[in-house]
Amino acid sequence: MDFRLTEDQRALADGTRGLMARLYPAERLREDAAGAAAGTPVTLDRGMWRALGEAGFFALRLPEERGGLGLGLPEAVLVFEEAGRALLPGPLVTTHLAAGWVPGAAEGGTVVTAVDGELTEWLEASDRVLGSYDKAEPVRSVDPLTPLHRVVGGEPAGGVVGGGVTAGGVLEGGVTAGGVTAGELLTCAQQTGSAARTLELAVRHATTREQFGRPIGSFQAVKHLCADMLVRAEMARTAVRAAAVSGDLGETAAARLLADEAAVRNARDCLQVFGGMGFTWEAEVHLHIKRSWILRSRGRSVAECEERLAESLLDETLCGI
Amino acid sequence: MDLTYTGAELVYREELRAWLARTLPALPPAPDPADWPARRAYDTGWQRRLHEAGYADVHWNADPTRRLIFLEETELAGAPYVGANFVGLLHAGPTIAAEGTAGQRERWLPPVLRGDEVWCQGFSEPGAGSDLASLRTRAVRDGDSYVVTGSKIWTSHAEVADWCELLVRTDPDAPRHRGISWLAMPMDLPGVTVRPLRTLAGTTEFAEVFLDEVRVPVANRVGAENDGWRVTMVTLSFERGTAFAGEVVACRRTLRELARMARGTGAWDDPVLRRRMGRLAAEFGVLWRLVQWNVSAGAPGVGGSVLKLRYSQARQELYDTAAEVLGPSGALDADRPWTSDRLSSLSYTIAAGTSQIQRNIVAERILGLPKGA
Repeated sequence: MDFRLTEDQRALADGTRGLMARLYPAERLREDAAGAAAGTPVTLDRGMWRALGEAGFFALRLPEERGGLGLGLPEAVLVFEEAGRALLPGPLVTTHLAAGWVPGAAEGGTVVTAVDGELTEWLEASDRVLGSYDKAEPVRSVDPLTPLHRVVGGEPAGGVVGGGVTAGGVLEGGVTAGGVTAGELLTCAQQTGSAARTLELAVRHATTREQFGRPIGSFQAVKHLCADMLVRAEMARTAVRAAAVSGDLGETAAARLLADEAAVRNARDCLQVFGGMGFTWEAEVHLHIKRSWILRSRGRSVAECEERLAESLLDETLCGI
Repeated sequence: MDLTYTGAELVYREELRAWLARTLPALPPAPDPADWPARRAYDTGWQRRLHEAGYADVHWNADPTRRLIFLEETELAGAPYVGANFVGLLHAGPTIAAEGTAGQRERWLPPVLRGDEVWCQGFSEPGAGSDLASLRTRAVRDGDSYVVTGSKIWTSHAEVADWCELLVRTDPDAPRHRGISWLAMPMDLPGVTVRPLRTLAGTTEFAEVFLDEVRVPVANRVGAENDGWRVTMVTLSFERGTAFAGEVVACRRTLRELARMARGTGAWDDPVLRRRMGRLAAEFGVLWRLVQWNVSAGAPGVGGSVLKLRYSQARQELYDTAAEVLGPSGALDADRPWTSDRLSSLSYTIAAGTSQIQRNIVAERILGLPKGA
């Protein structure tokens, strides 16, 4: 047993962080947010999408003979952690899941979204929508960088759609041998990345911002907020990585709970550390708060995850660890 | 990221499991918790068996993965806890191993491994809790001895210990971290008085130790004079990474038992309770993964503090939930094991560094925030 990242995994994570810094630096994020506030319609940057495709972001888990990198879910969560950290926009998870069976998805030429409940992300910007609906109306999205449509008569993808793979199956992650829903875990990984980023922002601010003649980070009340943020971020990261490695369904539900908690609450605590400055549109904080709400609304609810875990407590076949 | 065990590790696990299956049925019945001499005999008897079977030094020399397997398997099998051997095996012993002379290691380590000698810890004082470096127990050099006067508190197993790892102030004029020394004090010396301390759980697992001009040989000092703070810090975090490994396994089992009981009583029909238990299942499952992470990462760092903060809270929530499942007639009955566990769980956010001090440590040492005024 060695839970640490291998050298290759470490290199992949570092490389992805570098890729994010080139494709979608924090300045770009703030520009996009400012544009959205000024009424510029939010569009998906196709050049960026293609660059992601070229870097293997979508084809990561496809076998090499099909043009992929032949990596697994553990590697994919490392990559999506970095995407979550940068608040990289777009239907990243659905396009990643569609790679290999929706033409062009793997290369970044095709943008793929999916009907999931009442709201659909990035409907207009997508070339392909998995699932069906009767009517869609734009919603003024709480997250300025994630366009939403409210769909009427929406049906999640189902049936055979190509290559013998059901769309529902792919959406739930191609369902690996252990039954882990990859899509859910990749969303968790994004949440984990966001939680780590808001911790970093809070610590930087607490170190430099002075009040009462000293950095606010020297006050215990602020220190304890930051310490709790670190605890949540570490728990979430451990949960997501473990679930990706083990492929256990219960662990995926646990990862979901802890990653959502980390993203949502860290973003809130980050705002608290920033004080009034964090309440402005200019600060990055609100984008993390809003994106964390969007990601939390995907797929299973908190209640469903908790019930799933409660049920597992009564499963007599799970006597050990 | 590999969570599978190697062939050799699986063999180790199988052998240990087989040994536990043979050995545990032959153990005497567990002693009355209030009978300290009986508890000492039981705990050291268990250590003797571990020693004979070659498992005695699992906390010291085994690679961390084997230590983890050991903690997991002994807990799953319901083996005795480290108990009275705790300080010897997990605090004083590792300190002596790291900082003692060859003669000191030879004198003190084998009896700990064999279960012949029991140690206790004399660190905290009534005036030095979270702020341990403010300790005032004084040691004045007089020939070949230190004359020690002061008092210690929260000393577990003091009543039945042979030795005490003692922090004393040898230079009252030096900056506070620089005037401390580490001594091994025999507990039967004249001037040592032990007074049991009754905790809110009603038990007497702690004691106060009063020291009145106790003459401790200078040869019993480990490390240089006035270097005791560093000597202590070398191993203070020794067990942080795996500290709660066995307990996390035990909590997961307790949670399963609670769920079964709740189903039996009908409490399981309450979705609020069910969801709370589902949340705890997530929490303890991830804490176990965190232990594995800590073991893999080696030196206790970020993960050790995260584990301490989060586990202590989760344990309290577990037993609060147990009280709900038991209902008033169980939760208010102090003889119910879960009720006494609930009471003792209250110490977890205080002992070995309060959660507040832990957060300061995380903020300053890990996150690099400036020290407070």
